[in-house]
Amino acid sequence: MSDRGYPEAVADEFPVPPTEFADREGRTVEIRPYEGTDEGYEALVEMYDAFDPADRAQGIPPGGEKRIREWLDAILGDDCLNVIAWCGDDVAGHATLVPDGDAYELAIFVHQEYQRAGIGTHLIRGLLGHGQAEGVRKVWLTVERWNRAAVSLYKKIGFETSDAESFELEMGLRLNPDADADAGESDE
Amino acid sequence: MKVLCGIGGSDDSFRALDRTVERAAVANDDLTVAVVENPDSSVDPDEIVDKAESAVQEAGLDAEVRKVEGDPGSRLVEIAETEGFEEIVLGGGHTSPMGKITIGSIAEFVLLNAKTSVTLVR
Repeated sequence: MSDRGYPEAVADEFPVPPTEFADREGRTVEIRPYEGTDEGYEALVEMYDAFDPADRAQGIPPGGEKRIREWLDAILGDDCLNVIAWCGDDVAGHATLVPDGDAYELAIFVHQEYQRAGIGTHLIRGLLGHGQAEGVRKVWLTVERWNRAAVSLYKKIGFETSDAESFELEMGLRLNPDADADAGESDE
Repeated sequence: MKVLCGIGGSDDSFRALDRTVERAAVANDDLTVAVVENPDSSVDPDEIVDKAESAVQEAGLDAEVRKVEGDPGSRLVEIAETEGFEEIVLGGGHTSPMGKITIGSIAEFVLLNAKTSVTLVR
């Protein structure tokens, strides 16, 4: 899909993970890129298996361990960028960028136990910092328009609405300048 | 049951066609397939008609396949109302690379405006 809209201006620099902070409940949380380890994978499965279906968005995360694993296999591929918020050995949240043509689609999930503690903001900023460092140029997402908490988080980060005509809002963010804007640098 | 299946050439619309034809053969539904102009689809309408006709034939159904011009959502609702259809069947949405389901503009319009039941095929 190349007809999606993005802001003209490139977003500010985001912090590159790993980063560490204390959430609003005083828990120490570490943001790290997903390293492809079995422990990381299984911890993600555990988080999504315990995920409240009320917090599903447009069908994801799917329900049931088998479908969770199939979905994770698709979004944890080598061409995807994934960042995890760790609280000790538990996954508090996970954010991902999945390639879609010349852009990436973003999704973020924070487990119920860790919501409303400021983790989502750190997590999405960490993912975007990781993406910026890896040369990602454009990011888009869809969000259900009634999900005010998510919409205001994305706006605060710098996402701009690119399509408001359906059930879901589509939003876009520019992380790095387009190829033709980098004077003298080759594409890719 | 008198069923109107609207297809516009997207992957999910073909899935809806297959499922509706399959179901019509079992339930003895009175099926009409309406081929609409989906602006998001690049498949040629005549090609869609051919595909629908062969699906109907293979299932041994006596179903009409009709090309419908104009705004897809409102035409489907209008046909259902004027011709006494009891159900409208449509594709259940596009899946993004992430796995998120987005409902197309045709389904959205039909869902909100139809007086009949609407089935979205997943």
